[in-house]
Amino acid sequence: MREILSDLDRWQKQGKQVALARVVDIEGSGPRLPGAAMAVNEDGDVAGSVSGGCVEGAVVVEALQCIADRSRKIVTFGYSDDDAFAVGLTCGGTIHLYLEPLDW
Amino acid sequence: MTDQEQPSLFAVVRDAIRSEDPLALATVVEGGVAGGKLVIRPDHEPLGSLGNEDLDRVVVRDALGELASGTSGIRHYGPNGEARQEDVSIFIESFAPPPQMLIFGAVDFTAALSRVAKVLGYRVTVCDARPVFATNQRFPHADEVVVDWPNRLLERVGADLGPRDAICVLTHDPKFDVPAVISALETNAGYLGAMGSRRTTDDRNKRLLDEGVTAAELERVMAPIGLDLGARTPEETAISIVGEIIALRSGRLAPSLRDSEGDIHRQ
Repeated sequence: MREILSDLDRWQKQGKQVALARVVDIEGSGPRLPGAAMAVNEDGDVAGSVSGGCVEGAVVVEALQCIADRSRKIVTFGYSDDDAFAVGLTCGGTIHLYLEPLDW
Repeated sequence: MTDQEQPSLFAVVRDAIRSEDPLALATVVEGGVAGGKLVIRPDHEPLGSLGNEDLDRVVVRDALGELASGTSGIRHYGPNGEARQEDVSIFIESFAPPPQMLIFGAVDFTAALSRVAKVLGYRVTVCDARPVFATNQRFPHADEVVVDWPNRLLERVGADLGPRDAICVLTHDPKFDVPAVISALETNAGYLGAMGSRRTTDDRNKRLLDEGVTAAELERVMAPIGLDLGARTPEETAISIVGEIIALRSGRLAPSLRDSEGDIHRQ
């Protein structure tokens, strides 16, 4: 969270809507520990990361949805197999993210 | 204070992270009140609520435990905080103050180690009794440079050290490092290493035993300090020291991943 605070400050000053995604659980091999955080603002700008770059693109889509409908949810990403378009972790682990609007 | 002046929970969390004050944030992620939050700080009343007073009380207790060990994770409870039930999932995130590294001895290895330790997030204190060497100019990466005897610094701060903290004795001068190691052994620091050749180490061990240190206590001292990487420069040595700290914490032998088996990220 620490590394995204200055971006969050700037976005809040600009009055931007923001969604926060946090790693809350990992199974097997996962690149980042619980607590790793990524924030997305209403323009799709990103701060931080929740994996080694494997799932961030999909997280942006989910985060924009959170901003749009004020929803909170757990999103799970697992192993990505041969399907080149599947979103997943190449390391074979599973990560559970909690996404919510930064409205608290 | 009016509601308007009340800082948001996020502002409390943000400010605590910035000032490195210990804080845990509990969030309802499944079941219960969606997104319910509780902010837990040692010696403060909790802020917010998870939607149930009994649940709040149980989570405060568990969050203080997570905070002490610097860990974050999901815990499951019944609607009123009952154990062994899975109605509500709470993510407890710890924002623990950074671990501390105390480095004794103001030498070139100290400058390199303080730089590497900062990369890993340590709060670094360099301590040496010689004012000519223990200067902020020589150790710009250290958070604090203390001119004093190591054992006297440890008398002041030793009680605060815990399993996440490290003490590195780089003086390799028996006059300084014997009392430093003796004082360091009285702390709960998770890592204690002392620099020196095998000959220096043997000599220091003899002196420590003469001073009444037990063989069991001596087992705790990582000396000669560092992993067997073949490090030569101060920077390489610093990497071998922090590598040893990580390996000791995770209970590994630190071979190359190629030559070992099993999950890379073991829980």
